[in-house]
Amino acid sequence: MDFIRYSNIYFIFSGILILASIAAFFTVGLKPGIDFIGGNLLEVEFKNQPPLVEELRKDLSGIIKGDFTLQETGENGIVLRAKEISDQEHQEILEIFKTKGGDFEEKKFEMISSVVGNEFKNNTIIAIILSCIAIMIYIALAFRHASRLISSWQYSVAAVIALLHNVLITCGVFVFLGKFINLEINIPFVAALLTVIGYSINDTIVIFDRCRENLNRGGDDLQKILNRSLTETIARSIFVSFTTLLTLFAILFWGGETLFPFVLTLIVGIATGTYSSIFIATPLLYKFANRK
Amino acid sequence: MNKQTKNWIFVVIVLVLAIFLALFAMPGRIAERLNISVPEFMQKPYKLGLDLQGGVHLLYQADLSQVSKEDWQNSMEGLRDVIERRVNLFGVQEPIVQVQKSGDEYRLSVELAGITDPDEAIEMIGKTPYLEFREEVTEEEKEEILNELRKEIGPKANELVDQPFFKPTELTGKYLKGAKLEFDSTTYKPQISLEFNDEGAKLFEEITERNVGKILAIYIDNQLIQAPTVQEKISGGKAQITGNFTIEEARGLVQNLNAGALPVPIELISQQSIGPSLGKESIDKSVKAGMIGFGLVILFMILIYRFGGFLASIALMIYAVMLLSLFKVIPVTLTLSGIAGFILSVGMAVDANILVFERLREEIKFKNQLKDKRNQLQQTDIDNAFSGAWLAIRDGNFTTLIICAILFLIASGFVQGFSVTLSLGILISMFTVMIITKLFIKTFSQTGLKNFPKIWTR
Repeated sequence: MDFIRYSNIYFIFSGILILASIAAFFTVGLKPGIDFIGGNLLEVEFKNQPPLVEELRKDLSGIIKGDFTLQETGENGIVLRAKEISDQEHQEILEIFKTKGGDFEEKKFEMISSVVGNEFKNNTIIAIILSCIAIMIYIALAFRHASRLISSWQYSVAAVIALLHNVLITCGVFVFLGKFINLEINIPFVAALLTVIGYSINDTIVIFDRCRENLNRGGDDLQKILNRSLTETIARSIFVSFTTLLTLFAILFWGGETLFPFVLTLIVGIATGTYSSIFIATPLLYKFANRK
Repeated sequence: MNKQTKNWIFVVIVLVLAIFLALFAMPGRIAERLNISVPEFMQKPYKLGLDLQGGVHLLYQADLSQVSKEDWQNSMEGLRDVIERRVNLFGVQEPIVQVQKSGDEYRLSVELAGITDPDEAIEMIGKTPYLEFREEVTEEEKEEILNELRKEIGPKANELVDQPFFKPTELTGKYLKGAKLEFDSTTYKPQISLEFNDEGAKLFEEITERNVGKILAIYIDNQLIQAPTVQEKISGGKAQITGNFTIEEARGLVQNLNAGALPVPIELISQQSIGPSLGKESIDKSVKAGMIGFGLVILFMILIYRFGGFLASIALMIYAVMLLSLFKVIPVTLTLSGIAGFILSVGMAVDANILVFERLREEIKFKNQLKDKRNQLQQTDIDNAFSGAWLAIRDGNFTTLIICAILFLIASGFVQGFSVTLSLGILISMFTVMIITKLFIKTFSQTGLKNFPKIWTR
């Protein structure tokens, strides 16, 4: 199969996706959860039918200063998000829940100050940058003996570009999910994003490893060698993504709501990662090597 | 003993160990169903995080502005001890009180498992009073403060000229040995008598000595309680507070002072409480998801890679019980994210197996092209497949390990649990693939099964 021949088509396709993601990121933006911006979150589960959200909103607006949102969750659950709730307000809110909806269980109450949230945001960005640098160094070292036709830094730059491609597109997908199903970005999202980085780099390296091996066997037709490497590894790429997605879909369907955004991020990221290892990272190697 | 017999012995040892580990990892699931009793050490429960067993997590910011930089670490340790004592009074099982450092800020993280009412916990911890003694500032310092105030609030500052100004001394609740409720022998008003430890007594002596004739103010929680004038140097480390207390107030203060006064003031910046049923639900769901995912993976492996896939599946099961046993032994605190990390690591363990089998397939195909008449699976084919796959396995897993390390160092809580189980999973998976899967394949391929190369891979 000739993968390399249509490189420009993949580049244009991914380029459009990336531009769309960046545009969405800066115009609509991700929907940050309280982990990032601070605030309060209260989740309760009623024994019976929960009270109507509209009615609760009316009653609660007398207690809570500033904006707040109410959302139904699960079967009989309600999630309340607000900028600030004092201990006393917290008690009053529970009081109202009780009179409106009868017995309930307080499943979760979280308060995060904006200081902690900001710090978390900064740490995330640092973690992503550090991961990219660490991976570039590792690949440059691990591939240092692969000097024929493609140098080790070309491997590492191509891998990191593919990686940023995955991160950007995953973020882009989440801008839309935030807009349409109100999915918020929280700590699990970040963990998932970083796992996507690790996983997709794994995927890319397996292919690069094969390219290196085939290059060392000789031959000068780079396009042919890269194509052969991709053909030899494509079954593995597909099987591995498939099994990983199998476990992830199992968590998505049976793992409960808490893990849902986390697993969804992984699924989007890993699917993108498999695509980019084959159609972005390896064609990039070809372009880099042919520049001189 | 020839190599073949040796391999079979190893296989038996591995399988026996695996059964032992399986009993250790899941005594409830296996032993109970088979009606065997397992020794007590095997029934050790997993250590569950707050999100799985329910509880309260509180994060406090410590205000260290009054403490010199060298003493920060010390003060935080003191703060931790005091709050630990407080929490123990409350009867929480295994509370976790930890000092966290974030940049230049020190924080105290308090995890209370099994507590469902966060407000109660917060009140209990917050009640710990912060006791300090403040002395009058010198004339020059006073002039300086007044000048500052004049700049800020104008001539109104002049009204304060006759008022005393105080600055904190080193003497705080940290040095308190005990407090007692007493009654004044003439007025019968309640008063609190304080006794300092040796270090505190020395400080008190020094402070009273340099402040004879001046006011030494007693503050609790930044409120002025009493401002007596020092008559003479006081040695012996005893002091009285005779503020305007009701008996109840005084009694409460004494109780709280005895439990430990906070060495530095704190502020609650983050709290989280998780109901017990949510945790239970999460465990049930993620265990179910894990089982289904694992089952699907094994089904896939056997369908695609046949007998080889079957052997790899057994190695995968050994991998799972090994990792679970490790979680128990270390012990790793299992959180929801930790379980997710574990399930994900199963996916990555499968990756290594697939890499090996694809290599094996190529080896066999290559021999077919050579028109090798015997067409058997040779031991060298297996060695080539494993060594050929190793570089890819190593590089792929190491980069993921690097990311796990970064996650662990930078993030906290949720993300840390994830990176711990994922990195343990990666290490164990490399071991099982390169050692156990290889042992199985090499041993079984020395039987008549070697004459059917097709059953070993796709």
